[in-house]
Formats: sequence, structure tokens, C-alpha cells
Amino acid sequence: MIGLEHYLTVAAILFVIGIFGIFLNRKNIIVILMSIELMLLAVNINFVAFSAHLGDMVGQVFTLFILTVAAAEAAIGLAVLVVFFRNRGAIDVEDVNAMKG
Amino acid sequence: MVIATLSFYLFAFTAVASAIFVVLSRNPVHSVLWLILTFFSSAALFVLLGAEFIAMLMLIVYVGAVAMLFLFVVMMLDVDFAELRGSVSAYLPLGLAIGLILLLELGIVFGNWIFAANAPALRAAVSPAPEDVENTVALGQLIYTDYVFLFQIAGLILFVAMVGAIVLTMRHRPNVKRQSIVTQIYRDPKDSYEMKDVKPGQGI
Repeated sequence: MIGLEHYLTVAAILFVIGIFGIFLNRKNIIVILMSIELMLLAVNINFVAFSAHLGDMVGQVFTLFILTVAAAEAAIGLAVLVVFFRNRGAIDVEDVNAMKG
Repeated sequence: MVIATLSFYLFAFTAVASAIFVVLSRNPVHSVLWLILTFFSSAALFVLLGAEFIAMLMLIVYVGAVAMLFLFVVMMLDVDFAELRGSVSAYLPLGLAIGLILLLELGIVFGNWIFAANAPALRAAVSPAPEDVENTVALGQLIYTDYVFLFQIAGLILFVAMVGAIVLTMRHRPNVKRQSIVTQIYRDPKDSYEMKDVKPGQGI
């Protein structure tokens, strides 16, 4: 049987890769959204690993809600991105300063 | 058990490697495809953990919906992605430093934590043996009873997200002709045509 620590390690590595991706692709908001999905995936792995290890189903219930929020976040984020691209003709994050005072 | 161990390492390695390629890939379409591979491998990890329903949901929601949404948006936008990669090297040291520090912190936490002595007693819903109740059945018995309000709120979140996405992206172009059913139904034959009595040799 694979120990809990193994799964936690995989999740930690995935989470750090997600954060690293946000820094690496500072301009490309699509890859930033994908990195956020990676981080949510890492959290899901943690929840399910603890759920399986402790024998508590609530961890899997919470994974369901994280999944829901991740899907909603991706949909809204990409919709905002499409609207922004229509208005500005570019998706460069550093150009997003229209509300700067 | 050897097979389980081997498959764990295989899927874990695939997940981590493809996650790295998601981040490093130059082409966002390739990034999305690597993201799909990451989701597949982590779904396999969930199966190894005994959470089959979450694994299948992962495939349906993430691969079937979210990744396809990303793919659609990447292909719809006419953006020069090579230009967006321009200043990668400027943020690389900072990103590496923060990633390493975070990994170090997580490693320190992993080395020093223990379960509380009363952790098994605090379980809210003890998962039944898979031989008696399958994972999907057990989850269904939980989310439709104890967690029904959270379940409904999840549905509400998805509904609001759907409405929001439609409202954000819908636009009415002024110069496009559209079908108006009401106008068609209420059209009167008397207003549509007129009978003229044309005399021979004269015209109208």
C-alpha cells in the first residue's frame, strides 16, 4: 500500500509547479489560468489522499465542491478573457491598467 | 501490491512531468494537451486511492469541459503567443526562488506532522468497506442527505457561472439581420402586397 506521504509529495510538487507557472508566464493569462487549475488539482489530491487514509468520506465531498468552483472559475475567467480580447485586441496581462488612477 | 506501487510511481511521475510541460510549453495548445495528460494521470491516482467517482468526475469535468474550454479559447483568440513569452528570463529566478522556498516549507511540514490522537474519533462520515457499499453509492448517500445544502449551493455556483459567462460574452452586432418570430407571425397580408389593375398598352 502506498503511504499517505507519497500522495502528499505529489500534490506538493504539483502545487509548486502551479505557482512556478504563474511566475514564469506572467504575460500569458491563459497559462496562468491553467496553473491555477494545477494548484486546485493538487488540493484535490490532498483531500482525497487524507480521505482515503482516514476513512472519512467528507474529504471526497469537498473535492466535489472544489471541482465545481474550479469549473466555474475557468468559465468566468475565460469569458472575461474573451471580452478583454474583443475590447483591446491583446491579452497581455501587463496592458491591463485601464482602471489605474 | 507490486502492481499498485509500480502504477502509483508511473502515474505520479507522468502527472508531475506533464505539469512541468504545461508550464514550460511555448505553445498554449500544447499546454492544454499536457494539462489533459496531467488530469488523466491524477484521475488514475484517485482510482488507486479508491475514489472512483471523483476520478471519473475528474475526467468528465476537467478533461471534457474545462480543458475543451481552454482549447476553444486558445484557438479562437488570434494572439501571437510567441511574443507573450518574451520576458520569461526576467521572472525565472524569482519564480524558481519562490517555488524552492515553498517546496522547502512544505517539506518541513511533511517531516514534522502527526495525526491527532483523537483523529479517528472525529470522522464525520466513516467510509464503509468497498465490499459492502461502493464508493459512488457511499458518496451519493452522503451528498444527498447530510450535505444537500452544500450540493445545492454547488449547483447555484455553476448556474451563476453559466449566466455570467453568457452575459459577458454575448453581444448584439448592429448590422446583422436577425429573424424576428413575432414580426413574422403578426404580418398582415393586406400590408404585404397591393393589387394593381394594369391597363393593356399603358403600364403602371
